[in-house]
Amino acid sequence: MVDLSVDLGGGHRLPNPLMTASGCAANGRELHRFFDVADLGAFVTKSVMADPRSGRGTPRMAETPSGMLNSIGLQGPGIEAFVDEDLPWLQSVGARVLPSIAGSSSTEYAHVAATLRASRAFDAVIGVEVNISCPNVANRGLVFACDPLASAKVIALVREQLPRDIPVFAKLSPDVTDITAIAAACVKAGADGLTMINTLLGMVIDTDRMRPQLGGVTGGLSGPGIRPVAVRAIWQVRQAMFEGRIRTVPIIGVGGVRTGRDALELVAAGASAIQVGTAVFNDPSAPVRVLRELCELLDAKGFERFTDAVAVAHGR
Amino acid sequence: MSERQLRARVTQVVAEVIATRRVGAYQHLTLVAPGVAELARPGQFVALAVGGETSGTLLRRSFSIHKVSPSGTYGGTVEIVVSAVGTGTRWIVDRAPHDTIDVVGPLGKAFPLPTDPVACVLVGGGYGSAPLFWLAAELRERGCHVEMVLGAASEDRLFGVVEARRSCDGVTVTTDDGSAGQQGWVSDPLPEIIERTKAGVVYGCGPMGMLESITRVAQAHGAVAQVAVEESMACGVGVCMTCVMPVVGADGRTRMARSCVEGPVFRGDRVRWDSFDGGHARVPDDAVGAPKVGGH
Repeated sequence: MVDLSVDLGGGHRLPNPLMTASGCAANGRELHRFFDVADLGAFVTKSVMADPRSGRGTPRMAETPSGMLNSIGLQGPGIEAFVDEDLPWLQSVGARVLPSIAGSSSTEYAHVAATLRASRAFDAVIGVEVNISCPNVANRGLVFACDPLASAKVIALVREQLPRDIPVFAKLSPDVTDITAIAAACVKAGADGLTMINTLLGMVIDTDRMRPQLGGVTGGLSGPGIRPVAVRAIWQVRQAMFEGRIRTVPIIGVGGVRTGRDALELVAAGASAIQVGTAVFNDPSAPVRVLRELCELLDAKGFERFTDAVAVAHGR
Repeated sequence: MSERQLRARVTQVVAEVIATRRVGAYQHLTLVAPGVAELARPGQFVALAVGGETSGTLLRRSFSIHKVSPSGTYGGTVEIVVSAVGTGTRWIVDRAPHDTIDVVGPLGKAFPLPTDPVACVLVGGGYGSAPLFWLAAELRERGCHVEMVLGAASEDRLFGVVEARRSCDGVTVTTDDGSAGQQGWVSDPLPEIIERTKAGVVYGCGPMGMLESITRVAQAHGAVAQVAVEESMACGVGVCMTCVMPVVGADGRTRMARSCVEGPVFRGDRVRWDSFDGGHARVPDDAVGAPKVGGH
């Protein structure tokens, strides 16, 4: 039997490296009908902001080859409702939770993190993922993740709000010229880990109506079609860590994982944990299926520990 | 079925197609889907995966359940009616007997049934009528007088006229082109039927424009409309947040509600029809968390 456990920082040893991906699993109740969310290494919640948000109008979705485009607009109940209802529920079923937080200003991120820390179910939290792919109101809507200084400021402020044993993960966008520069800025600002990658910005035109298909015009591209981009991004950042350009921190790999083989690909590129996102829309039990397949694959390849496979493709 | 699935009242099964036949412009499929049939109620739907485990068409296609037979010869069966309009639905209608399809269901909220035996009018647009025959049978079991209005653009796009005559106390057919029944829309004969039968509830299933008009007619004639909406869904299980529409909650406030878990059946007067326009649904300014000036 392969030892699947992994430590992503803060002394929280996770029983396995499989997670949901933010925005692809709601806040747990829906998928708990299909599998026990406590069987995951961690449950990653939908990005939560300070106030309730309606999200955008519809259509919010367009199917693409091996994937989809979405433009939800961070619909959510706001951090108060999240800590009053969603987080206690996840705690009650024994889930380890990696909440994803978002904001339209660095102070909003800090406020959300502080509210989370002060909440009664905070014990269930094993880390915080910071979704920095949000428009920065103070910088004409440029997303934080495209600007190393803005990213660093958010991470530093969130880091200040949380206890040392709660690792902070910066979720990076692949839509940048050099992802290692953003990764370096986030780690330097105090990120204890990185989540890679968020969706790629895309657009679909409805040729019947000859207009953008999404109500929000552009959207985030996800699904198996983007997996090579995730592998490349993880590889480049892990390479920069090997070269000493970035302090070595755990990478949570996400992007187009549908099978155990896909997960292993991201792991070999340098990921210490894996999130399954869009594949859940195709198969609601995908996260636990991918875990089972990954375990079988590691076993067949003779790995005794999952961690032995992390970044194994480098230098081969 | 596991204990979890029983509690959750939903299951995921690899279903075998045991029958498939052409009905007018549509394809009628019978699937062996143990677990789904036993749990389902009229108005609920199933979400079908397209093209197998390695398919590049990732998103599920949702269909309202036409009929269930919990204890058939082959185990529980579920029947659906499919209109082939795109790559996903074309793949589904091309399945032959003994092919398999991954099915998740039953999903969504069912049609609420009246506690008293009030008269009901069931209105179906095109193959939107699919779940109504099953609903009609349940209503008549409760002693309700049931009439049905079936409408479509043309005769080949009507679904279930013969079955309607069998399962209801009265049937009215309308077509846009007059190729069957009376020429016009389903909303045309509706006022007379509601008044004559003193109907308390109008159930509707079909395109959004039709649901809006039957809601308006029902309200004007003192009946409650219960409508099953059609919205494109990526997952069908409540996690993707794509199938939302503005709906007024019990607290009087409008929220972008998921039609897959909070619907697909909504009380017609709770849907913000004023927000729909040419395939778009915008967020009403008074919705909870609506974008402030400058947008999201």
